[in-house]
Parts: sequence; C-alpha cells; structure tokens
Amino acid sequence: MAEIAAEAGVPFAARQRPPAKVVGPAAWARRNLFGSWWSTALTLVLGYLILRFAWGFFDWAVVHAIWTVPYDAQGHANSAPCRAQMGVGACWAVIADKYRFILFGFYPYDEQWRPLVCIALFLALYAISANRRFWRRELGLVWIVTLLLILLLMHGSETLGLTVVTDDRWGGLPLTLLLATFGLALAFPLAVAVALGRRSRTLPAVRLLCVVYVELIRGVPLISLLFMSSVMFPLFMPQGVNFDNLLRAQVAIILFAAAYLAEVVRGGLQALPKGQYEAADALGLSYGRKTRLIVLPQALRIVIPPLVNTFIGFFKDTSLVLIIGIYDLLQSGRAAVDDPVWQGFGNEVYVLLALIYFCFCFAMSKYSRGLERDFSRSRRR
Amino acid sequence: MSGTAADPRFASVRQAPRRQVRLSWSDPRLRNVFWQVVVIGAVVLLVWYLIGNTRRNLEARHIATGFGFLSQSAAIPIGESPIPYTPSVSTYGRALLIGILNTLRVSVIGVVLATVLGTLVGIGRLSKNLLVAKITAVYVETLRDIPVLLQLFFWYGLLQHLPAARQALHPIPGVFLSIRGIKLPDLIWEGAHSAAVVAFLIGAVLTWMWSRQAAQRQARTGRRPRTWPVALLLLIALPIGVWAALGAPFTLDVPALRGFNFQGGMTLSPEFAALLVGLVIYTSSYIAEIVRSGIEAVAQGQWEAAFALGLPHGLVLRQIVLPQALRVIVPPMTSQYLNLIKNSSLAVAIGYQDIVSIAGTTLNQTGQAIEGVAIIMAVYLTFSLSISAFMNWYNAHIALVER
Repeated sequence: MAEIAAEAGVPFAARQRPPAKVVGPAAWARRNLFGSWWSTALTLVLGYLILRFAWGFFDWAVVHAIWTVPYDAQGHANSAPCRAQMGVGACWAVIADKYRFILFGFYPYDEQWRPLVCIALFLALYAISANRRFWRRELGLVWIVTLLLILLLMHGSETLGLTVVTDDRWGGLPLTLLLATFGLALAFPLAVAVALGRRSRTLPAVRLLCVVYVELIRGVPLISLLFMSSVMFPLFMPQGVNFDNLLRAQVAIILFAAAYLAEVVRGGLQALPKGQYEAADALGLSYGRKTRLIVLPQALRIVIPPLVNTFIGFFKDTSLVLIIGIYDLLQSGRAAVDDPVWQGFGNEVYVLLALIYFCFCFAMSKYSRGLERDFSRSRRR
Repeated sequence: MSGTAADPRFASVRQAPRRQVRLSWSDPRLRNVFWQVVVIGAVVLLVWYLIGNTRRNLEARHIATGFGFLSQSAAIPIGESPIPYTPSVSTYGRALLIGILNTLRVSVIGVVLATVLGTLVGIGRLSKNLLVAKITAVYVETLRDIPVLLQLFFWYGLLQHLPAARQALHPIPGVFLSIRGIKLPDLIWEGAHSAAVVAFLIGAVLTWMWSRQAAQRQARTGRRPRTWPVALLLLIALPIGVWAALGAPFTLDVPALRGFNFQGGMTLSPEFAALLVGLVIYTSSYIAEIVRSGIEAVAQGQWEAAFALGLPHGLVLRQIVLPQALRVIVPPMTSQYLNLIKNSSLAVAIGYQDIVSIAGTTLNQTGQAIEGVAIIMAVYLTFSLSISAFMNWYNAHIALVER
C-alpha cells in the first residue's frame, strides 16, 4: 500500500485517518443502530424494553434475592423470610436446601456420591466422543464399558460392597442422562438397520416394513408411546414376567428415537454419490462389506451434524417420562417444591432446571455447528 | 428408440436370455427371497407371540376387548368443551370427541400464531439493526435449548401466580387477567355476521377467478388488468355491504366483575392459555430459523437481477424471492406444524383436556388400555398423515418444474 501511495506521489502528511463518519464508535452505532428512522425507532423502543426487563430480572434475581434461610433445631428450613419477599425477590434458598434432591431424586442420601460419579463418567464419555482424534473402532468398546460401569455404580452390588439401589429410587440428572444416552446408544444400531432396509431395492417386503415402522412412529407423539409402554406393555408380556417402569420407558424411547434417527441416516445414504455404490459393486464386494467398508463410513460422517441436532431433541424429550411417573430431572425439580415448606417457589427451581438443560443443549448445538463448518470447508476443498 | 424396439426383426435379438432360477446360494434372487422370508417371518412370529400373550392376559383379568365402552355414559368432568356435555350423562364417545376438538383448537390457533411470530423473528434475525438481530438470535438460541415441557410448566406457574378475580389485572379495557384465566370481550354472533362471512367466501372465489382471468389475459396480450381494485371490492366492500344491509349489528359482550366472579365475555382457561403460549413460543423459535435460512437461500443475484429488470420492490418480493424461498421453507415447516400438533399432547401434564388427557382418563376408568392407546394413536396418525398429504401436494405445486 505504502509503495503504491508513494509512487502516486501523495505526500505522507496528506494520508489522513478516514473521517469519523466512516470509522469509530459513532459511525458504527450510526450504521448498526440508527441507520434509518425505522431502525432508530426500533432501537429506542427495544432498548427501553430490554433495559426495563433486564433491570427487573436483576432486581428480582440479585438485589432482592434471599440466599439462605434459618434452620430450626430439627434441621428443617424456615421459609418465612422468603414468603415475605415472594414476587419481589427470588428465593435461591430453596435450591440451597433442595439441590441434592433436585439432582439425585430419591437416591439414598449417603450413597449419592455414586450418581455423582456417574454424571462425571457421562460427561467424560461425551467429551471423548466429541473429540475427533478418538473416532476409532475402540470408541465403541469404551462406550460399552463405560455404560456398563455406570449401570453397575447406579445399581450397586453386594459383592463389591455397594448397597443395592433398585431403579425405582433412581432420579434426577443421572436418570435424565441415562435415559438419553442409553436411548441413543441402543437406538442408533436399530436406526442404521432401518435406514438400510428402507433404502433396499432388492428386498421390497423389508422396505415396506421399515417404511411402516418409521411413518407410524413419527406420526404419533412420544407420550402415546410412553402410555403404551406403561399400560400395554404388561399385557404383551407372558404372565409372571414384568419389566419395571423405567425399563419400559427406556424401550419406548429407543423405539421412538430409532425412527427419527433412521430418517437422518437415510438422508446420509441418499447424499452419497451413486458412483460409490457402483464402484463397490464393481470391486465385487458383498453387500455386508460394501455397507461396512464403503457406504456407512462416508454416509454417517455426512450426517453427524444433523444427528447431533436430533440428539438435542431427544435429550429434551426425555423430560416427558415424568408423565408416566418417572423422577427425571424435571420431575425431581417439581417434586422438590411439593414440600409444603417450599410450595410456590417453582419459578426459582425452573430457572435452575432451564439452565442445566440449556448448558447441555447449547454445548451440543455449538459443537454441531462447528463440525458442520469444518465438514463443509473440507468438502469444498 | 421405441420404433426400433417395436421392429419385429429385432424382437428376438432384443430379448434378454432367460435365466433359470437355480437353487444355489450364489443366486442373488434366491438370497433376496430367503432374507425377506426370514425377516417377515420373524416379525410375524413376534406379533403372533405378543397377541397370544395379550389374549391370555386379558382373559386372566376378565377384560373384554372392543369399542362398546364408547356408548357408555362417562363420569369425566370436563372443564372446557366446545360442544354440550354433561358428566355421567354423555357418553365416552362424546368425551373423546371433545378431546379431539380441544386438541384441534389449540393446534390450529397455535400453528397460525407460531407462523406469524416465527416469521417476524426470522426476518428480525436478518435485520440490519444490530439490536434486533442480536435479540432475536438470543430468543431463538435460548428457547430451542429448553424442553417444551419445562416451558409449559413455567407459563402455567406464572398464570397460577396471577391475582384472584377481585384484584384482576386490567391492562386494556375489557380484558381481565386473573387466576381464573383470561377474560376477553366476545362478539355476540348474529345472522348478519354469518351472511358477511358467506359473502367474504364468495368474494374470495370470485377474486381468484378474476386473477386467473387476468393471468390469461396477460399471457395473451402482455397486459395485465388491475386486480387489486376488484379484490378490494369483493373481499372488503362486499362483506361490509352485506353486514350493513342487514342492519350492521355490533354488540360486544364485555366481561364485568360481579361479586366474586366475572360475567359475560369469553374465557381462556389458564391451562389453555399456558399451553398455547408455551407451544407458540417454543415452535416459533424453530420456525424463525426455517424462515431465515429460506430467505438466505435465495441468491443475492436474484434480487439484483430483478431490480436490474426494473421491477418494483413489492413485485420482486412476490414474484421472484418468495416463490424461491417457499420452496426451501415448506418441507421443514410441515414437520414443525406436525411437531406442534404432537407437542400439544403435553397438555396432559398441565391439565388441559385434550385427546390424550381424556383418553387417559377413559382408559383408567374403563380399563380398556389397548383401545385407549389405539384411539390416541389413530387420532394423531390421521392428523399427521392428512397434513403431510396436503403439504406434499402444496410442495409439489410450488416445486421447481424441471425438464
């Protein structure tokens, strides 16, 4: 730049900063906030509303908030100070008092380190799976081992010296993670099979079966499947055999998730260029080897971002199990304010729950968008 | 091509050699038949096994199957019903019909409002105004990452915190917010209003015929006759004229506080209001993203080319941009509408009596588990399949016609 300017004969002193109308904070505000009459009006109205709302929330959540309440001799919280401030300030004391119930439900108090370790294991599992360096065959093994370890920890075993805790007492965040993770881990193979079946040209009967399954499940709400699992499943089983409520809900979630995941996987199978299938056929590979070595590795790679988006949906949808009486994170939060001492302080708990769900979902959606960007960059090259 | 194929001289040459079916594992056709028989056989066996178990279980519990219970009188108290209903007199069939109508009511209103709100937010995300763009982005990001059930509980909890009827909030005249729900003024419906609606429908049909006529004239002569004065006349002047000719009745039934409760007006129950607000806000965050990506999918060159042709802004939007954006928007929008309808089943968690809630109560009272679940599924499948059929038709209608 400098040489060009010098060659053109412009003296150094004549090169000035651009005028303040073009750069600088005032110009920035003019361009982005006050571009036209309409834009200025919008900025002013919205700015006023936001400031009012933000101040109102800050006032409620921080200025007038109550963080602790006195406890009586028996260790029961006294919520009277909170009741006096109701509607004016938030009562975060309800969370300080009940956080262990919200996070772990009815899990025995002294054993709650076990679900805590499970949460840590889940998080570690997600972190490892998210890292592309670990996308290898061994990852499947890691998943199986970790999930079995989590089940063992939650359930306990007499031989290891861990008290047995039956799954009707499981609850809270570990249960939500459990339903979501096991649901997806088990639904995924089923989904791949269904997607392959739906794409099959040579097996029309199998294709029809897969189409009916996918459309049937996608046409009804998850609640109806959960209802089915809770009232109809016992009728399906031979007499004397009975699954517990949690397992039945898990089966419903797996069947539901598989139908949606199958559609995502099918999208990847369709996006794969036809030449790949033909080249594999030309090499004389069998159907199984063609699928395992050529088709699936590429097709699944394409659909990872939409798969993550589907995962987000299921993570949120696991909250529906509370309708058939399972104490997931949302239901334990609601049950915490059923306590007569804390009745009416639902909003504080909902804020906490929303924050927890938001952290998980936002992390996933950020991750999926990053992947999408990387993949589209490498495809373009 | 077809001429040569029909040529008798080539008939024997063109025919592929007949392959014999050999009973060998290396014959792909035989393998295909084998695998299909295996898979279908396994499914049939499984279904057979489940049906057998179910029959034995039902016998052991002395439950008779069948839909006879639909004509028994139902002991379900129903808070809001669009058609007359008396508990313990009306039948289960009628109760379920009310459930279906309630589901439809919240779904239809919800779809319309979510589309409007979602479109506004989606356009807001593309705004040049930084504040608008950022706020709508935060709106979308936050609401999409919180379970809809939690949002419903939140809205319902908020409505439960409203004051009692005596101290009802009164933001604008004729509207009262209290723990008993939202009271709105109601138009007293008379014959003249129905006549005006009929006149509007006739006007809409005539307008459509006129615009087709105009399009044909344009194709023939290159000149398009004006359509908007005709549309204005038929769609607005005609209904108002009919209404005025019949005496222009307009009486509002305004709610008023009498004693401890309100009289008159229209009521939105807290359950309905919470469900509607929750579903609309949740779904609108998805619709906003669809609208945004649809508009962004139209290449900038399309705008520029249209302006270069000298088309006015409105025409560019209507004739160039929207048709292309709609092609991207319609398929995902369909699935969001279906999601809204399916999510309306969460009504059961906050006590709005939709089909799931009423079928659930029926199922508990009569013990007809299979029939209850079957009714729920049948209702939603009907909704889903009919909406996808309609949207597929619409999508095919607006799709790009390639060679």
